[in-house]
Amino acid sequence: MASGNTSADNAYVRFEKVQKSYDGEILVVKDLNLNIAKGEFVTMLGPSGSGKTTCLMMLAGFEPATNGEIYIGDKSINHIPPHKRGIGMVFQNYALFPHMSIGENLSFPLEVRKMNKTDSEKAVKRALDMVQMGDFINRRPAQLSGGQQQRIALARALVFEPELVLMDEPLGALDKQLRERMQYEIKHIHENLGVTIVYVTHDQSEALTMSDRIAVFNDGVIQQLSSAESLYEHPQNAFVAQFIGENNELHGIVEEIEDDTCTVKLTDGTTVKAEKVNVDNIGDKTLLSLRPERVEIDPTGKMDALLKGRIEELIYLGDHIRVRMNVAGNDEFIAKVRNRGDKRDLKEGQSINVGWAASDCKALDG
Amino acid sequence: MTDSTNVTDNVPSSATDERLLTTDGVPLKQKLAQTTRRMRMRAFMLTVPLVLFLVISFVVPIGQMLFRSVHNTAGTDVAPNFAAAIQKWNGEGLPSEEVFELFAKDIMASQKRREIGKTPGKLGTRVNYEFPGSLSLIKSAARKFKKIKEGPYKEAILKQNKKWANPTLWRTLKRVTRDYSPSFYYAALDLKYDPDENLVAADKIYQIYVSNFWKTLRLSAIITFLCFLLAFPVSYLLSTLPLATSNLLMILVLLPFWTSLLVRTTAWIAILQSKGIINNILVFIGIISDENRVQLIYNQTGTIFAMVHILLPFMILPLYSVMKTIPPSYMRAARSMGATPFTAFRRVYFPQTLPGIAAGTLLVFILAIGYYITPALVGGADGILISNLIANHIQKTLNWSLGAALGTILLVTVMVLYWIYNKLVGIDKLSFG
Repeated sequence: MASGNTSADNAYVRFEKVQKSYDGEILVVKDLNLNIAKGEFVTMLGPSGSGKTTCLMMLAGFEPATNGEIYIGDKSINHIPPHKRGIGMVFQNYALFPHMSIGENLSFPLEVRKMNKTDSEKAVKRALDMVQMGDFINRRPAQLSGGQQQRIALARALVFEPELVLMDEPLGALDKQLRERMQYEIKHIHENLGVTIVYVTHDQSEALTMSDRIAVFNDGVIQQLSSAESLYEHPQNAFVAQFIGENNELHGIVEEIEDDTCTVKLTDGTTVKAEKVNVDNIGDKTLLSLRPERVEIDPTGKMDALLKGRIEELIYLGDHIRVRMNVAGNDEFIAKVRNRGDKRDLKEGQSINVGWAASDCKALDG
Repeated sequence: MTDSTNVTDNVPSSATDERLLTTDGVPLKQKLAQTTRRMRMRAFMLTVPLVLFLVISFVVPIGQMLFRSVHNTAGTDVAPNFAAAIQKWNGEGLPSEEVFELFAKDIMASQKRREIGKTPGKLGTRVNYEFPGSLSLIKSAARKFKKIKEGPYKEAILKQNKKWANPTLWRTLKRVTRDYSPSFYYAALDLKYDPDENLVAADKIYQIYVSNFWKTLRLSAIITFLCFLLAFPVSYLLSTLPLATSNLLMILVLLPFWTSLLVRTTAWIAILQSKGIINNILVFIGIISDENRVQLIYNQTGTIFAMVHILLPFMILPLYSVMKTIPPSYMRAARSMGATPFTAFRRVYFPQTLPGIAAGTLLVFILAIGYYITPALVGGADGILISNLIANHIQKTLNWSLGAALGTILLVTVMVLYWIYNKLVGIDKLSFG
């Protein structure tokens, strides 16, 4: 699936300068421009109140856009009511109709579309088989577990073969193990059916697992829209770096800029080299972002940066050991040490060297 | 299996043992009952005051009412010997001399005793219910019998008033001097005995109870339906508006609830009477002329208006509490699947409000069917309900047995309706909020 930027020309869903305000004073969504290609899986990821759900509701038609246009295909859908948009939707609480059996729940969208009974029965069976719930057709939603209800909700959103399916934190109510299994299932259904999916979540691992592209929302603005890998490896600003994955932060001031790298003077006076991402001028404040697994303790090879540190705390986590240390005045500096046979002898209070490659250390807006 | 409780035994033998035992060898069920006994006792003690209160204030009075509707001792209180003797009479012609003698002596004795509630007048009233015109006969008999110095009594009594020669009177006397009789139920169902002791419909002008029962049912149904029509949209609004607005609206709903019933009802008089607000406005804007003011009160219309207003909160509250629990995502899901707003409402939203509708209608209907004060104040002659007739018998005519019989029929009617309702809806599905 296309992981690069989808241009306006081949976009299937298109947000154009969309703004949304509920009270006329605060913009919940500020100037949103987003193109989604046909068959793409795009996740809107962000903390609560970041505007991601509002965007989904505008796309579904339950909230009008205050300004701007939303297109599906070539048509502006601003004035099309939800029931004529033909969009499948999965809700966080599943929204299975409690007074109908599973079969009736699934045939509901077909019935309102006036599909004949034999076709409808076939479609319901196909959809239930797709989520391996064929035996449950006569049960009531209340008789199913959360995970089973989730599958039914998924089947119901897909049974009328919509080209676009929206999912609003559909796995939020499930326990961790089930959530992970459902992530794979949704991913496989997407691959098999080729539908376009817009998925909203605040859980980054969910977003990273399933999406072709992820739009990181904060404060009503898309902070970065790119693939999982590039979000993690190349965060474009401090918010994205902090929101996606774990992150060590070091504050400093830019002293020198040279092509793609810059030299930063940290608060304790030491200078380090870092990759220049969005700092422009010498003298700017900057935040250095460094992933814990890219930090080497007592490195043997040559390193772009080498600082002194002191181990504050060791946490044993099985596959790796989290080492919390004080580096350059920051005592929340974390390094992950892989748990290998040649167990290194680390002790709390021990002084050590830490090092990293300049390309792993991103100089972001401070 | 004797060793099954031995903790050192490595074989899990309890799987084959039918009764589970604790490690001490006590049956598990017994042990469980033992450990929870204190808890159950405490829980029971907490309910004791309420149980006592219910017994004293509810079970006993209702039992008494049921009893009173079939039990009336006017006959045996006034004329105990006569009451026993006349039961042996076969009902043909006139009773024997012996019965006449006992009658005269009992009446005279009771007249002399002057015991409250056991005077000849009491018996006269009782006979009068079933044989109109006999009250004065029996009252005057108490005075006139004194003149009879010696027997034969039969002849002397018949000579005093020729009404005594009517066999129907004596048959009625035989009937009413039994302590237990269903006759008040017959009266409550507009039935009477004809001269040949057959049950027939009462005279047209006395047929008031059955038609009033039907009217009570009909008005209660109308009131319930109107309450539902008015309450549904309001409850929907309450459950969907933002909290601050819905709280304000809720206060408006509850405000009449907190106001005295009497005040509210009299307010309706001010609004509905022929020189009241509504009529004045209608005259003012020229819809009706001053001479043709609409009669909105002291009839069924008045009862319906006032009772719908008073019972509305009982419909709104259960509806609201049910609607509050229906997440908006259901409607959204239905819409996203292609249902028009109306279809989504009809197929998805409305069915989920049924527990609230069922609870609300049951509550309003049962309250309406026994309503007393509002119809008494604004119902006039036409708009009164069965409770008003019951109250009339308890307070004014003092025919408590008939009042009790009417009350029992009302109680049974409500219970039958409740039973049907339960069959149709299922009481466990109700949600009163």
